[in-house]
Amino acid sequence: MRRNLTAAAAAAALCMGAGSALAQYSDGIIKLGVMNDQSGTYSDLSGQGSVWAAKKAIEDFCKANKCHDKIEVVFADHQNKPDVGSNIVRQWFDVDKVDAVVDVPTSSVALAVNTITKEKNKVFLVSGAAASNLTGKDCSPNTIHWTYDTWALANGTGQAIVKTGGDSWFFLTADYAFGHALERDTEAVVVKNGGKVLGKVRHPFPAQDFSSFLLQAQASKAKIIGLANAGADTTNAIKQAAEFGIVSGGQNLAGLLVFITDVHALGLKTAQGLIFTEAWYWDANDANRAFAKEFGAANRGNMPTMVQAGVYSAVLHYLKAVHELKSDADGAAVVAKMKAMPTDDKLFGKGSIRQDGRKIHDMYLFEVKKPEESKGPWDYYKTRATIPAEQAFRPLNEGECPLVK
Amino acid sequence: MFELIGVPPQALFGQLLLGLINGAFYALLSLGLAVIFGLMNVINFTHGAQYMMGAFGAWMLLSYLGIPYWGALILAPIIVGLFGVLIERLFISRLYHLDHLYGLLLTFGLALIVEGLFRREYGISGLPYSNPIPGGTNLGFMFLPWYRGWVVVFSLTVCLATWFVIEKTQLGAYLRAATERPDLVQAFGINVPRMITLTYGFGVGLAALAGVLAAPIYSVNPVMGANLIIVVFAVVVIGGMGSIMGSIITGFGLGVIEGLTKVFYPEASNTVIFIIMAIVLMLRPQGLFGTPK
Amino acid sequence: MRVFAGLVGFGLLAPLIVYPVFLMKVLCFALFASAFNLLIGYVGLLSFGHAMFFGFAAYVAGHLAKVGTVSLPYWLPLLGWKWLVIAIPPLTPELAILGGTLVAALLGLIVGAIAIRRQGIYFAMVTLALAQMVFFFCVQAKFTGGEDGIQAIPRRPMLGVLDVGNDLTFYYVVLAIFCAGFLIIYRTVHSPFGQVLKAIRENEARAISLGYAVSRFKLIAFVISAALAGLAGATKAMVFQLASLTDVTWQMSGEVVLMTLVGGMGTVFGPAVGAAIIIYMQNYLAGFGEWVLVIQGAIFVVAVLVFRRGIVGELVALLRQRAAKAGGPQETIGLAKPAR
Repeated sequence: MRRNLTAAAAAAALCMGAGSALAQYSDGIIKLGVMNDQSGTYSDLSGQGSVWAAKKAIEDFCKANKCHDKIEVVFADHQNKPDVGSNIVRQWFDVDKVDAVVDVPTSSVALAVNTITKEKNKVFLVSGAAASNLTGKDCSPNTIHWTYDTWALANGTGQAIVKTGGDSWFFLTADYAFGHALERDTEAVVVKNGGKVLGKVRHPFPAQDFSSFLLQAQASKAKIIGLANAGADTTNAIKQAAEFGIVSGGQNLAGLLVFITDVHALGLKTAQGLIFTEAWYWDANDANRAFAKEFGAANRGNMPTMVQAGVYSAVLHYLKAVHELKSDADGAAVVAKMKAMPTDDKLFGKGSIRQDGRKIHDMYLFEVKKPEESKGPWDYYKTRATIPAEQAFRPLNEGECPLVK
Repeated sequence: MFELIGVPPQALFGQLLLGLINGAFYALLSLGLAVIFGLMNVINFTHGAQYMMGAFGAWMLLSYLGIPYWGALILAPIIVGLFGVLIERLFISRLYHLDHLYGLLLTFGLALIVEGLFRREYGISGLPYSNPIPGGTNLGFMFLPWYRGWVVVFSLTVCLATWFVIEKTQLGAYLRAATERPDLVQAFGINVPRMITLTYGFGVGLAALAGVLAAPIYSVNPVMGANLIIVVFAVVVIGGMGSIMGSIITGFGLGVIEGLTKVFYPEASNTVIFIIMAIVLMLRPQGLFGTPK
Repeated sequence: MRVFAGLVGFGLLAPLIVYPVFLMKVLCFALFASAFNLLIGYVGLLSFGHAMFFGFAAYVAGHLAKVGTVSLPYWLPLLGWKWLVIAIPPLTPELAILGGTLVAALLGLIVGAIAIRRQGIYFAMVTLALAQMVFFFCVQAKFTGGEDGIQAIPRRPMLGVLDVGNDLTFYYVVLAIFCAGFLIIYRTVHSPFGQVLKAIRENEARAISLGYAVSRFKLIAFVISAALAGLAGATKAMVFQLASLTDVTWQMSGEVVLMTLVGGMGTVFGPAVGAAIIIYMQNYLAGFGEWVLVIQGAIFVVAVLVFRRGIVGELVALLRQRAAKAGGPQETIGLAKPAR
């Protein structure tokens, strides 16, 4: 895999500062590999946008601090396949001297990369993937799970919805491990908060036609229909729900894994009323808006998703840690340093990283606006609730992570 | 009786009706395949990609030219059909003297090219296309969207019309004769290569028509045809690869069976068609309506 | 044979220049393509679902190496579904690979028995549909891990002695496996059995009239092909320590067809050459995402229209032309023309 793009080298060249002890970076360079889906289902929510975010983080870091050495970004497309992803990462570590892998949406790929990174003692900064096992059973001293996970989504969406009146649920679940996990986590939260699950139906993965499952959901008369699926399955289900008049009939759809790019693809007319949890929204405050404006100028007018914002935040913190340590060779040491330092950046504000590798920050419950309520392109969300950081993620002792004593 | 199975009759009728609607898509798509195979002996693996092109055609007509659904229903199949004619003239016609498997491989390659190009241009998230007849009616046992009702009626009409033309008219007779003995038919002064080209174009147009029908309800994305095509192949094999009426009946029938499976054992709804295909092949290899070779 | 020895020699020295993991991938797919070629090139049957053997063996081998214990469901009247649990400890790589190969052979027997009844396009369609069934089964079955696949498959020391955790050591093991599989194919083809297969391909009716149990021959060839494809898949699972759904998709079946077509259907070395080319291209163009699809499609189209004999096929034809001038035997390369 020889896909190199030396962009940040220019930024680093700007700050070839004199004086102060020169750090000993492995191979004389800090090399970051952004691996995600550049052509498939998740290319819009990560893709080249994440690469841009990584480079922006390097640029901002080098403006604030003196960058002593070359910092380089390479990227690759894992096509959402674990074998392609593990192939690339192996080659990156063995041959291309990459020090840290960033992003990686699609949990199956992330889990594979997690194993290889631990084996080779490098660093893995997960922004795109959802699997909560990355800070649970599969936690590793070389991995930090940055932006969100299935537990946070389930907890945020499930709890917040039940508390705001949605106390009867019907699940539409994709019949594979990820869908089951989402359903299981959300059901637990719903029941814990006093809600009831009236029924559930499993649909094949992937599925084109949800009409018969939506029919069952309609018949159950549950207030909330939870979509325990992702990607095309979710957008298809939402589209067809609109067709069958589910939302206008008084039921609400709860997406358990939805991104702003999905809403953009569906259009407000179809997606209105959808409720889900995310970690970051471009229109929430001025700092986010400024970032989004620059992002949009470089990315065909698209707004950044929480995944891309997470890449920015993670890379910035990584560079801070490596800068303090003055070394990037020992992955576990760098990660330990990252956990020791509190995080602070313009997008996520102040936060911290736990022992199990989980980054903590507030999560938000959003509802999609009606077409009349939207004042411009990408003005899609209204905030229904804010979930404070301490409650947003799975408690440390419940994850079964061997790193947690 | 229904209490034993544990399913209330309303749910059952609802699912059956939905299954019929799905069956309409299967029937329309397998009709195109059956026409092409029956009259040309070519397995058109590009069928899924052409279905997708029909949906994209409708979207493009709306987005770039402002032509609404009803116009797209006529224009998109014609445009994609012309594309099909082009493929046939340029590529497929060169393979008639060879083993039929090469036709399969060629159309497979073409499908990859088309899918790859569309993915390059439009990504994979899917594009929105609004429902031209929103709303519906409450039938008591279920809420039937108008659009889905339209899909069934329209597909049935197209399928029967096609069957009629091929089996009962003179044009159809020429087409069928041309497949059996092209040399003899050509000796009668009928332009056989042109008929074959038009047949392919027509089959492709049918696929595109199904695509336009699908655009408002399924996601318009470059991979929408890829997985559907395998199911449609199974439908055609079960129906009997050369039989027009066979694919129509099998298409609708399998839609209904799939609907029933979704009620009783939803996890298997993807596989049930292939299981049936395996059984049919073991017991009656030429398909339910095919002629034994 | 000299060509083969030359290739083995090259194989022994290659890891000095090329990344061993890449080479192992090429070897696995070369074996897969050669196994596929046994059916299409020598029996004339286009199997469009060969990925099911490749991928399913990968899953089985991965499971045996990581978990070991096998649980098989069975059904009893009145009592319903029950599980038969065979407790085994996680196996070493050679046993895991063997297990995968055997399961692939068994699957080949079942699928072959159904598919052999039809020929030509029907056969291709049947194998495609059955492969889809295997795919959906793999999506749902617990042991396959669904979308995650079976991850972190361990590479224990082989035969108690060889530390195959080291990529270079494992490379030589994989090379040995490839050579063994390749030799099996070679011996199958260049044998009385192989002659009968070629006769069936050229004119099945005549072969039947000569008294050969044609179906049985085809089935045996199918099982061998399936078993070797399984061997390739199981080995690949151990190389990458990962077995995933990609390996059982119909797109994977299409890829092996492409490799064989490009290399040369019905030639001995064609599929291996085709595999090397396609894998290299995929690796090189991995940054271009969908262009890989487009390029593969274009190669298909070009190969079918003008390049049917494939690279090795063209080479062989060229050499044969010279031999023909000197007066030697002729052989068909590629698919047989339909008998009218």
